[in-house]
Amino acid sequence: MTINHHLDEATLFSYVAGALAQGPALVVASHLAMCGICRRRCRELEAIGGALLENISLAAVSDNTLASVLDRLDQDVIPEAAARPAPVANSGIPAPLASYVGDSLEDLSWKKLVPGVWVHDLPSQGKGITRLLRVAPGKAALPHSHRGSELTLLLRGSYSDEVGRFSTGDVADLDDQITHQPLVDSDHDCICLIATEYPLRYTTLFGKITQPLFGF
Amino acid sequence: MQDQPPGDEALSVVALRAEKTSETPAKDWSAMLAELAISRDRQLFVRLFRHFSPRIKGYIMKLGLTEATAEELTQEAMLSVWRKTHLYDPGKAAASTWIYTLARNLSIDWMRKQKYPEYDLDSWHEEAGEPAVLELAEQAVMSDQVAMAIRQLPDNQAQVIIMSFYEGRSHSEIADRLSIPLGSVKSRIRLASEKLKQALRGNHDH
Ligand SMILES: [Zn+2]
Repeated sequence: MTINHHLDEATLFSYVAGALAQGPALVVASHLAMCGICRRRCRELEAIGGALLENISLAAVSDNTLASVLDRLDQDVIPEAAARPAPVANSGIPAPLASYVGDSLEDLSWKKLVPGVWVHDLPSQGKGITRLLRVAPGKAALPHSHRGSELTLLLRGSYSDEVGRFSTGDVADLDDQITHQPLVDSDHDCICLIATEYPLRYTTLFGKITQPLFGF
Repeated sequence: MQDQPPGDEALSVVALRAEKTSETPAKDWSAMLAELAISRDRQLFVRLFRHFSPRIKGYIMKLGLTEATAEELTQEAMLSVWRKTHLYDPGKAAASTWIYTLARNLSIDWMRKQKYPEYDLDSWHEEAGEPAVLELAEQAVMSDQVAMAIRQLPDNQAQVIIMSFYEGRSHSEIADRLSIPLGSVKSRIRLASEKLKQALRGNHDH
């Protein structure tokens, strides 16, 4: 798997800072499971986090607190090391996503939006959406722009848009300046994980009409 | 979220210590943490507790949680340190880095009542082929250099770093609070991140 499109530095920084909303953090963690390059960048930022922790202003912790923690050490059983899932399962599902969808993309309940376009919504907090989008070959997603960011991770298949060509493992990390219309150019369905901070804004009349229906 | 982050602390830039408060270099903390996994020595744990718990609590309070919550989460974090030391690999990260990610995840999980998506916090062992980000011996020096680098950032970059790291604010939240475009928030973070990474790598010419 050759990955050509990586996470924006600002996105990765906020992930490490714990400042990303749940949906975008899920996309980032899923890309990290697939991408050694970004994992290494992430470790470096975590080391900055460690340095900041080392240099933070201290808040007093009393000896009583220490004593009660020490008491609890005795009761504590160290759990057996659990068998660790592979970062990316054979099904192509990265481990962080597997805890949301299980081990099969086929068996999910896909909701048809328009012919050739299906979605499966994931629970997410906040105003944005987090969902899997499945688009048949030759079909295009509706053209749209964003308020806030949109993060898309390609799990299967490929598409092209105004930004470039995206295939498995690639992440499209778009800010609010971009209007785009992804067109699927793989010979099988393209499946991607998408998280937005805010609802999408469609730029065509059809999109505007269908928007309330589809709950984007 | 129960506890809202406090007001605009962001401009009171860094509450970083002015002088060294600890005589133990970072690499020793890392060695001690690794040693704890093997010896299960409570005295060693006490030393780690005395060093890290006030930092963890300080970090959690900066995220905007109440002192009582911070106290509780600090206890949980230190218990996790005790439980999970066998997963810590000093060849991969400094103790402070490992403990930072533990404390961050615990705090976010508590605030959101939902697990922060992790990529492999517990499986650092697995990528034996990947070189450490830094040699252990370098880590002590580096954390001071990163602190220094933050102090040297232009105010508008320091501000977004503080708002991200210490207050846990999203890009759009920062954009709203500072009344600047989202793109400016991102470009400030990118610029600052590059400088901090250079400090981490020990590159002084910036
Ligand atoms: Zn990447």
